[in-house]
Amino acid sequence: MPDVLIIGAGPAGLSAARAARRLGAAVTLLDSSDELGGQYWRHLPPSRPSERESVLHHGWATFTALRSELETDDGCTIIRGASVWAIETRDGRPGAVFAVIGEPDGAGRSQRVFEPDALVLATGAHDRTLPFPGWDLPGVFTAGAAQALAKGERVAIGSRVLVAGAGPFLLPVAASLVATGSTVIGVYEANRTKSLLAGWLPKPWQLLRAAKKGTELAGYVLNHLQHRIPYRLGVAVVRADGTDRVETVTIARVDASWAPIPGTEQTIAVDAVCVGHGFTPRLELALAAGCALGADDFVTVDEGQQTSVSSVYAAGEITGIGGVDLALAEGEIAGHVAAGGSVLDARLASALAHRRTYLAFADRIENAHGIETGWQGWLTDDTVVCRCEEVSYGDLCGAVAATGGASLRSVKLSSRAGLGICQGRVCGRTVEELLSTLSPGHSDGPGHSDGPRSAAADRVRTDRRPIAVPLRLGELAAEPG
Amino acid sequence: MTSFLLPPSDDPIRPAEASGIRIAVDGRPVDGLAGQSIAGVLLGSGTLAWRTTSKNARPRGVFCGIGVCYDCLVEVNGQRDVRACQRRAADGDTVSTQYDALPEVAEPIELPGEADGRA
Repeated sequence: MPDVLIIGAGPAGLSAARAARRLGAAVTLLDSSDELGGQYWRHLPPSRPSERESVLHHGWATFTALRSELETDDGCTIIRGASVWAIETRDGRPGAVFAVIGEPDGAGRSQRVFEPDALVLATGAHDRTLPFPGWDLPGVFTAGAAQALAKGERVAIGSRVLVAGAGPFLLPVAASLVATGSTVIGVYEANRTKSLLAGWLPKPWQLLRAAKKGTELAGYVLNHLQHRIPYRLGVAVVRADGTDRVETVTIARVDASWAPIPGTEQTIAVDAVCVGHGFTPRLELALAAGCALGADDFVTVDEGQQTSVSSVYAAGEITGIGGVDLALAEGEIAGHVAAGGSVLDARLASALAHRRTYLAFADRIENAHGIETGWQGWLTDDTVVCRCEEVSYGDLCGAVAATGGASLRSVKLSSRAGLGICQGRVCGRTVEELLSTLSPGHSDGPGHSDGPRSAAADRVRTDRRPIAVPLRLGELAAEPG
Repeated sequence: MTSFLLPPSDDPIRPAEASGIRIAVDGRPVDGLAGQSIAGVLLGSGTLAWRTTSKNARPRGVFCGIGVCYDCLVEVNGQRDVRACQRRAADGDTVSTQYDALPEVAEPIELPGEADGRA
C-alpha cells in the first residue's frame, strides 16, 4: 500500500485522510496549526471546553467524527505545527517534501523530509481584501480574522462593526460577530441585485439556510440578522479614517463594475471594520510541486483529483472556491485515488455526485460575487497597496511610469510592492491587476515569447514562492534530521 | 469601545471555567485565558495595535488573523518576528512590541571587499 502524505487538515485534507485510510494506505497528515479543522472548523483549544461549541459551527459533528476517527487510527500519523517550506519534483512525480515542525515561528523547530508515494495538497485559501484608503489602520480586519477570533478565541474585533466586501462568506462572519457580542451595523455587498439574481438566489439569507442541518446559531442569528441588521447590495467601503485606529468608515454606492458613484458617500462611526472580497488560493506548494494552473488560476485536476503531476492530487479551495461540501467530496476522491483506488469504485459514487452538485454551486458564487474592476476608482495616491513595504498607489504608478511597465518583475523590484515578509500573499493579485490597468500594453496574450510577459503569464509569479513560508536562516542552514 | 473577550457568562456556547494566564507586554501585565494566542490576549484586553511599521512608523496589529499577513509580529521571550495570531500565549511570557527602523544607507554604497581589491 502506498504512503500518502496529505498537506492541510481542513475539511478537504481530513476527508482525504479518511478515504486513504479506508483503502489501507499509510497516511501522514500535516498541518501548520496545533489543532485540526483548518480555517473552516477553527475552534477553541482543549484548555477552553464548553457545553455547546457546536452552535458556532456548521457541520461540527462531521468534523468531530473525522477528528476522532483519524486521531485513534494508528495508520494515520498526524503531525501538528508542521510548516512545509519546499517540495521537489522528481521525474514528474512527487519528490521530497521539506517541513519544519514546532511552535509557530519558534526557534529550534525540527526539520523533517518526507518522500511519499502520493501527495495530496489541501492547502486551502485565505481572504482577499482589496485596498482602500485607511485599510492599514488598526481596527480594519479581514473577514477571516473576525471569524478566526470569534470561533477560535471568543474575541470580538469591536463593539460596533461594519461588515463589507463580496461573497456569501460575509453572512456567517456577521453571524459569528453577533454571537460574540458585537453589534453589526450592516453587511454591505458590492455586487448588485441584478448580478446576484442572475448568479444566485433572490434572498441571500437563504445562503445560510442552504447549509444542511442548520445550526442552532443559524436559527438564532437568522432572525436577529433579518430583523435588525441591514444587508445592502451595490455598496462598498471606500475609505476608513482615524488617527491611530479606525474611527469612521465611509461607504458609497457602486455601479455594476464596482466604481464608486460620486455623491453617495456616507460616513459611519465604528470601532472595527471587517472586509473580505473573496479568497486567494494558497498555491505555492502546488506550484513548487509542478502542478499546472488553469486560466482561472486554480490548480487543474482530472476526474480523480490528480493534478498535471503524476501522483500529486489536489482538493478543496486550491482547485476552486466552492465551500465545505465540495472540499469534503474532493478530499474523499483525492484520498481514495491517491491510495490506489479507482474513481470508478462504487464507494465513490456519492462523493462524485456531491462534487457535481457543489461545483455548480461554486460557479454560481463566482458569477454572483466575483471581483469587478471599478474598485480601483476608490484608490488615492496615498492609499497603501503593499502593507509590508508600505508602497502606496502613487508609488506604484511612479514605478510603472519609470520602468515603462514592461513587466511585473521590474515594477516589483523598483517599487518593492509584493517583496515584504508576507511574500505578496496580501497584495500580489492586487498588484497584478493594477499593473494590467496602468500598463494595458502589458496585457498581451501569453505566447508572445519575444514581447513583454503578459499579466496572465506573470500572475504565476506572485504565487510562486521558492521558499514557501518565511524561515529563520538557522533553520534553512540546518541539516534535516 | 474596542475589541474584547466575550465574558463567559454571556457566551451562548456555555463555556466551562478556563484557567487564567498573565503575560507581560512591554513590561505591562496583560491577563488572558489559557490557550489564547498572544494576539487574542492583546485584543481581548482592548489593545488593537502593537507593531510600528519601519517606513512610516504607523501602528499595526492583527489584519488577517490566520498567519498570512505578518502584520502582528512581536518579540516573545527574546525571539523576534513571531506572529502573535499564531503563537499561543504561555503564562509568564515576556512580549515586546517591535519597531525596526529602516537601515541608513551611506552613499556611495561600498561592498565589503571592494576597497581592498578582493572579489
